[in-house]
Amino acid sequence: MTEQITTPSANDTNDAPKHNLEAHNFDATDSYNFAYLDEQTKRMIRRVLLKALAIPGYQVPFASREMPMPYGWGTGGVQVTAACLTPDDCVKVIDQGADDTTNALSIRSFFASTAGVRTTEATDKASLIQTRHRIPEIELTEGQLLVYQVPIPEPLRFLEPRETETRKMHALSEYGLMHVKLYEDISQHGHIATAYAYPVNVEGHYVMDPSPIPKFDNPKMNNCAAIQLFGAGREQRIYAIPPYCHVKSLDFEDYPFDRLRAPGACALCGADDSYLDEVIMDDEGTRMYVCSDTDFCSTRREQGHVGDQSGLFDSEEG
Amino acid sequence: MQKTPLFSVSDLSKSYGAQLGCCDVSFDLHPGEIMGIVGESGSGKSTLLNCLAGHLAPDRGDVCFDVDGTGLVSTLAMSEPEQRLLARTQWAYVHQNPRDGLRMSVSAGGNIGERLMNVGARHYGNIRQDASSWMERVELSTGRIDDRPATFSGGMQQRLQIARNLVTGPRLVFMDEPTGGLDVSVQARLLDLLRSLVQDLCLSVIIVTHDLAVVRMLAHRMMVMQRGHVVETGLADQVLDDPQHPYTQLLVSSVLQV
Repeated sequence: MTEQITTPSANDTNDAPKHNLEAHNFDATDSYNFAYLDEQTKRMIRRVLLKALAIPGYQVPFASREMPMPYGWGTGGVQVTAACLTPDDCVKVIDQGADDTTNALSIRSFFASTAGVRTTEATDKASLIQTRHRIPEIELTEGQLLVYQVPIPEPLRFLEPRETETRKMHALSEYGLMHVKLYEDISQHGHIATAYAYPVNVEGHYVMDPSPIPKFDNPKMNNCAAIQLFGAGREQRIYAIPPYCHVKSLDFEDYPFDRLRAPGACALCGADDSYLDEVIMDDEGTRMYVCSDTDFCSTRREQGHVGDQSGLFDSEEG
Repeated sequence: MQKTPLFSVSDLSKSYGAQLGCCDVSFDLHPGEIMGIVGESGSGKSTLLNCLAGHLAPDRGDVCFDVDGTGLVSTLAMSEPEQRLLARTQWAYVHQNPRDGLRMSVSAGGNIGERLMNVGARHYGNIRQDASSWMERVELSTGRIDDRPATFSGGMQQRLQIARNLVTGPRLVFMDEPTGGLDVSVQARLLDLLRSLVQDLCLSVIIVTHDLAVVRMLAHRMMVMQRGHVVETGLADQVLDDPQHPYTQLLVSSVLQV
């Protein structure tokens, strides 16, 4: 059953922190199984993934394992990734769009060391992208896997606390309650103030929590060429959207869905169509907006695009 | 009054192991008719109401409802989706404690709008307009449409619960002690309101109560229950003015005269 551990191929094209894999002893007898999880667990998760893909948006229970990281740090996503990895895969991990945060770095190095797969920061070179809270800016392609880390898979959780009841509501497509939440938003704020984890309807049946991605990213889920997999480790649920599915954000006829985006362009690359992070610069309240997707931003800068404050970090980088 | 009944119950029985809930209850209810069910605590009133409303499965008997004016259909034989659709369109259930029937963390407008959204309303402006007109009808200030029910008094909560239930135009309303826990002046106002709503909307109502005054005010017919059995039925005024069964006589004579 045990798959052989392969050492990474030489053409590791990225500038991500490289792990000295030769230093690890990848002898199967005294090291981790490929991608950490044992084969039985991976088989169980793959079966769940197949079921989830067959019923788009439906939450399939699975026997989530303890992972060497705390709940809430992406244990569900990591298990899905581990079950999907092959030795030929190239992994990218993003956290809030960035490749270089603690969460992204540690998960990437986890798979580099336990699976020996190549890692990358380039979205278009990755075959599997594990993400927390963002969908990459550039369009994903067929053959790519997007694995979401999900804290709370149940979109109705805070509206109806009984799980027996929410399952029934999903089964019968009784989703009026979801609109009660949106109604409350409009009555209190004058517009639909839900800005992340914005509920979507998948293929006309199941309403799904897209994980806490900004609602700016919601339209990217619709008709997406890549396979989208969602893993919630603590809640022990996996759900999925197969390629080219119809995914619609819920709204009212007189308050249609609206992509929310900070005004202005990225201060570093000048992009005016990407999702922006707001960075507070000093005590006077000066702020700058930069792309949340770091790979998208750096690629654009390499192509010669400039923003208002392009030179700001040159000295630090040089 | 229409000839065929809207709602029909035959030989309904429910027991909890050796403990009897209610036994061999049968009655018909016509459109626009109000049936009062009275009895002391533990006489099986609430068990009966829960069986009728589909919250409990009876051991024996049948509950039939005229869904679309074409004749009685057994609600027990319906599939679960059909039952749930019935419960949120043609039926309504007013709980004794408004906290059971309201969403306390959702504004008054959201509470009223929920049933509309449950049956597919997706236009915010229309939902809000309906909610505010229903608040007026149950004598709540429309200025409080965005307040949570937790900030309302008991009587206001009960009126909000009634508005929330009636907004989709149900034909049959189940009420479990709707005036319980309210002081007498608020009770009187609520009863007035209920009486006018029931008349205007031509509702059929099954109302469970231990308060004979409520039955006197609202009900056309009444049923007296004791230890799970129906001991006396008849027109409300007839039963109250000329009780035949010893238990009914006891019940009527127990009412304090002020």
